[in-house]
Amino acid sequence: MPGIRAGVLTSVFAMTVFGISALERAEADSATTAQGLAAWEQVYSVLIHPRCINCHTATSYPQQGDDRRRHVANVVRGRGGRGVPGLNCASCHQETNADSTGVPGGHNWHLAPLSMRWQDVNDQPLSSAAVCRAVTDRSKNHNLDGPGLLKHHEEEALVKWAWDPGRRPDGTMRTPPPMTHEQFVAATRRWVEAGTPCPPGR
Amino acid sequence: MATYQITVNGKRREVTTDPSTPLLWVLREDLKMTGTKFGCGVSACGACTVHLAGVAARSCVIPISHVGDRPIVTIEGIGQDSIGRVVQAAWVDTDVVQCGYCQSGQIMAAVALLKHTPKPTDQNIDESMGGNICRCATYTRIREAIKNAAAQIRKGDA
Amino acid sequence: MVASMNHDLNRRGFLRVSFAAAGGLFVSLYLGDPRAVAQDGNQPPQAKVYPPDAFVNIRPDGKVVIQVNRLEFGQGVQTALPMLLADEMDADWSNVIATLAPAADVYKDPVFGIQMVGGSGSIAHSYQQYRELGAKTRAMLVAAAADRWGTTPDQCRTQNSVVHGPGGRSATYADLASDAARKPVPAKVSLKNPTELRLVGRKIKRLDSGPKCDGSLKFGLDLDLPGMKVAVVAHPPVFGARVKSMVDDEARRIEGVREVFEIPLVNGTGVAVVADKFWPAKQARNRLKIEWDLTGVEAADSAELWTRYKQLSLTPGNVAVSNGDPKAMDQIGASNRIVAEYEFPFLPHAPMEPLNTTIRFDGDRAEVWAGSQFQTVDQMAVAEVLGLKPEQVTFHTEMAGGGFGRRAVADSHVQREAAVIAKRLRGTPVKLVWTREDDVQGGYYRPMHFHRVEVGIGSDGFPAAWRHVIVGQSITAGTPFAAFVVKNGVDSTATEGVADTHYNIPNLHVTAHHPKVNVPVLWWRSVGHTHTAFVMETLIDELATRARMDPIAYRRKLLKPEAKKLLRTLDLLEKATAGWRKNLPKGHALGVSCHESFDTGVACAVDVSVEDKRPRIHRATVAVDCGLAVNPLSVESQFQAGVSFGLSQLMAKGAITLKNGRVEQRNFDDYVPPYIVDAPIAVDVHIVPSTEAPTGCGEPPVPVISPAVVNALAKLTRKRYRSLPLVSI
Repeated sequence: MPGIRAGVLTSVFAMTVFGISALERAEADSATTAQGLAAWEQVYSVLIHPRCINCHTATSYPQQGDDRRRHVANVVRGRGGRGVPGLNCASCHQETNADSTGVPGGHNWHLAPLSMRWQDVNDQPLSSAAVCRAVTDRSKNHNLDGPGLLKHHEEEALVKWAWDPGRRPDGTMRTPPPMTHEQFVAATRRWVEAGTPCPPGR
Repeated sequence: MATYQITVNGKRREVTTDPSTPLLWVLREDLKMTGTKFGCGVSACGACTVHLAGVAARSCVIPISHVGDRPIVTIEGIGQDSIGRVVQAAWVDTDVVQCGYCQSGQIMAAVALLKHTPKPTDQNIDESMGGNICRCATYTRIREAIKNAAAQIRKGDA
Repeated sequence: MVASMNHDLNRRGFLRVSFAAAGGLFVSLYLGDPRAVAQDGNQPPQAKVYPPDAFVNIRPDGKVVIQVNRLEFGQGVQTALPMLLADEMDADWSNVIATLAPAADVYKDPVFGIQMVGGSGSIAHSYQQYRELGAKTRAMLVAAAADRWGTTPDQCRTQNSVVHGPGGRSATYADLASDAARKPVPAKVSLKNPTELRLVGRKIKRLDSGPKCDGSLKFGLDLDLPGMKVAVVAHPPVFGARVKSMVDDEARRIEGVREVFEIPLVNGTGVAVVADKFWPAKQARNRLKIEWDLTGVEAADSAELWTRYKQLSLTPGNVAVSNGDPKAMDQIGASNRIVAEYEFPFLPHAPMEPLNTTIRFDGDRAEVWAGSQFQTVDQMAVAEVLGLKPEQVTFHTEMAGGGFGRRAVADSHVQREAAVIAKRLRGTPVKLVWTREDDVQGGYYRPMHFHRVEVGIGSDGFPAAWRHVIVGQSITAGTPFAAFVVKNGVDSTATEGVADTHYNIPNLHVTAHHPKVNVPVLWWRSVGHTHTAFVMETLIDELATRARMDPIAYRRKLLKPEAKKLLRTLDLLEKATAGWRKNLPKGHALGVSCHESFDTGVACAVDVSVEDKRPRIHRATVAVDCGLAVNPLSVESQFQAGVSFGLSQLMAKGAITLKNGRVEQRNFDDYVPPYIVDAPIAVDVHIVPSTEAPTGCGEPPVPVISPAVVNALAKLTRKRYRSLPLVSI
């Protein structure tokens, strides 16, 4: 439980240095940590939603659909997560959604790297603890700290795409994640401000 | 309706059509270029493959409004490209085609592969050609033709 | 074309000749019914009137244009039949052009009496015909030269479209053409003996490759005519349902939409949308709000059908074959019996080029453009819908993007749809296009089948009794073909490969049930053999394993001595696989099968491992006995690709299923055929050298591959795979 321990140690140090009531500080930090974990669960619920997790696979292929089936036409991630010559992501996915043909699009459409996989090789989503660890691991997440993660959630085009996912070939709108983008960003902010705590366990 | 200026096989063309029209149907019906084929309409088969700014693209799912000024190359124009020529010749020499309906797309995908990977392995071929359907299933000869084309390219024929 | 001079010589064996203004020769061969001639050589064939340019046209520029009496849809007939003719004719092959003949009497299949492609019969039935056409044409050219030079034919020889005479004289075919046209067509010709053949028996590259590789070849779907409109049809979601009501105002608002109207279909009714182009037509169809009347329409359901079929399989059906003692099985103890149940789902053909037909109706005549496997039948159907006689319908055969049987339909439903629309649009050509969804959901599938087999095993490890019940819809019931194919209530297209097995199985008892189901069904490349070969070759393999015998040796021993072709292919397979079949790497297994269909014997061995949860076929070796291989390159291609096609049956999402009357699949995303990763990485084909009459290669590759792969998988996983497709391994 690195997050919690870190929080407690920091607060003990702070109490010692600044002479604030230790109990007050510890209680405040525990509340913050609890709030942070609660906020993380909200963030996690978005990350494992099909609109996000379909491109955070552990395999050579992306998924598609709310049923998260293997992507059509045997597309593979290729070296840069952009497919392979002859069958790139960009072969079909353009800069914006193509609603008349039912193909989603966004700027620089590509797969998350394997280091940012949020499911196992059997296409099962990883636990909240495991995803949290992956997302906060700076050796895996393009060296993003808390504020960096917040900015990523707030501004990255492919993240924002999840809330404007376009129409399926049958004309129906794709399902967006279970909260608005604003709520997702707010939850991320609360989690970051709490020191990006991760739940215990595997 | 909207009017689009597009570049197809090096020529400037102008079309006026519904913006939602896939590039495939603009090519086939507005420009009367039927070499690019309709197989499924949902990007699952690759018969509609063209090159957009040098990248293989499935024209059945790309609306004309999304093309912009990216140059388009189709099967009718790929012979102007040295690697395109070698691939087409390899296809004929290796007697690949049967019904032939999918082969425009196969050739366009193969050219994209060879431009990027001059010495493709079986795995490269599996991956790059893995999204093109041939219902006649000429796959073993497609694989052979790609390897033959690669050998020709290495010999300096392209 | 300028008016022709017709020398319509109304005697047996005379040419009907016409000239084009440019001076080319159209040679039309007066072909009597070969069966009539064979039966009684003295009987003159019926006088028939043929169109001017029947089979060979020698142009002034030297090009030899040969009419092919078959649809070319990948099988290579457009090259092989001209090879036969050009070889006998001594034409310069580099100047041969092949075209697909329109519907006409003279182009009918000599054995079946209709113009068609199917049954792997193109070369088998037209082999003699095209050779004679070539020989007769040559004879006339030589006669013309001999006349010109005042010599005799035996003093002349031919080579590469040139006749050479005594004293170094020569004349090109183009030069001689108009004189040759005036010569009588010889009643008899001698054909080349095998050593004289230059093309036949050699690996000759396809004539149509170039245009298929540069986008210039036009398929039916590519047709463009002045003023042409495009139509799509909203088909009922359940076969046979009818339009109850329709709201089309949104559809009509799409720019380019011309007409929206209800039409009758062969099964039920639908709504046609006619537009200037395909995309507006499709958009408009998407915006139709149709309420369907489902009353009285049976809602077929796959789960319900399996239950019904399994139930039926427990009782004997109509007898297909009953040899020996029906009670023999009872003498065999349960521990020496295998009871096996097999499930085969509906299969779509899904040819790469979606179905389409273009028709222009002008009141007193019509013109049709279609990639049809059944020109005679389709021409009659269009005529019927338009209130015309077949002769008033010009029917062009377009190059087709695959077929596998889908373009040979007795009810001509696609052509009828197009004709109904063309009738309404009188004067305007209309191209009817089926989308991939129309195709996947449109029926005419390989029928679902259930097999229940009981095998009694003798003490020698070989079958001692065999009871086999096959349940599946009759493909031919309700069509004119039933008369030839259904006997004693058994449609032989469901039992072929079992009832006529080449294995020496004593006490063989095969029966069939043909339930009536509201799903249109059709022959799918190799027809009954698609499922019967799977059953036979997996069961035989199980028996071989049980007897601890090599799978090739076991089959060799069990085959009847008369099964010459299969025995030869097994021998050749054994030799051809000697280098690899006993040296497989770890994680690989060998699978073997053999099967004869359409008179061609095939044996197959595969090297299989499991990769990415799917079978990976590293190699397939195929041995073939098809009699004389007219074009061994074509035979090789057919077998390499045909076995890869056959894997369609194994693909995890390779089946059609119905739920409450509705087809659950819609496009290639949920009906998934083989891609390159599913095909063997390499296939080597070995042809048994033969001078016997050529037999087919279109369908024979298909039945052998699925059982061979599954036989290999069984060794790797120790599971039995009796229910297709392979959803999981």
